[in-house]
Amino acid sequence: MYDIAVIGDRDSVGGFAALGMHVVPAESPEEIRAALQKMTQGSFAVVYITEAAAAAAQDIIDRYRDEPLPAIIPIPGVRGNTGAGMRAVSQSVEKAVGSDILSK
Amino acid sequence: MAILNVNPTRMELTRLKGKLATARRGHKLLKDKRDELMRRFLELVRENKALRAEVEQAIAGAAEHMAIAGASMPKYALDTALAMPKQGLALEVETKNIMSVDIPVYSPKFKTAGEGDIYSYGYAETSCDLDAAVRALADVFPKMLRLAEVEKSCQMMAAEIERTRRRVNALEHVMIPNYADTIRFITMKLDENERSSTARLMKVKDMMLEQAHHYNQ
Repeated sequence: MYDIAVIGDRDSVGGFAALGMHVVPAESPEEIRAALQKMTQGSFAVVYITEAAAAAAQDIIDRYRDEPLPAIIPIPGVRGNTGAGMRAVSQSVEKAVGSDILSK
Repeated sequence: MAILNVNPTRMELTRLKGKLATARRGHKLLKDKRDELMRRFLELVRENKALRAEVEQAIAGAAEHMAIAGASMPKYALDTALAMPKQGLALEVETKNIMSVDIPVYSPKFKTAGEGDIYSYGYAETSCDLDAAVRALADVFPKMLRLAEVEKSCQMMAAEIERTRRRVNALEHVMIPNYADTIRFITMKLDENERSSTARLMKVKDMMLEQAHHYNQ
């Protein structure tokens, strides 16, 4: 059995606690990286991370792109959508096809 | 034109012919694998984009409710309301094999099945916007989980497609031409040896005939 974690600023991730997810409020880049580092060690299968927080730990996220566990998924935070999540999808397409053929 | 470093012998020739046949068959299979992976990948990535757009919109909606809730009630009340969740969530992870890529399949296991168990607080001290925010997140959760599944699958398949494409190209442009060239080289060398030994035999025959019968052609 695995857990689901949510990393991000307190306002963005608070609501997910009600669903029973493991919520880790983290604001500074150090906190975010430490939290994500811990998530990748053990029992977490899915880690949602706000796009703002993801920017601070991009290298860790990239390292786990091809690993089966955990799936690190960027989500928008309260301060809106930066488009980083969509860019990551386009990046996958680019890797597979050679150029981004799906975005217009 | 690159010739492998081998001895031009019949044994080498047979060995290389076998290798060439294997390489050709492998190339064909890998090409099929690449094409099928690509088809699946494009299907999946379309779903991924649509899902992501939906999820992002829904989360933004929930965030709006959350912002209003945060404004209409004191911060400590909001924190305590969400501090002790009633609902617990665990995830069962299975894998499904698509073209040798083990993609994950998640099935959520909630601790309690009750519909209202996502509200982990008394309603007296909290704003109804908090209820709306939590409700909205609960509604989008199945899609978020599916998004995680699809996005991870896309990432893993992209990596596998890249690997497969490299293998196909290496076989097509390096290994197979090398084997073909080397086989040609060995065949020529062997033929040349054969001709030279025939010529030598004829010469020897001439010499022996001349010695025995004093023929002179």
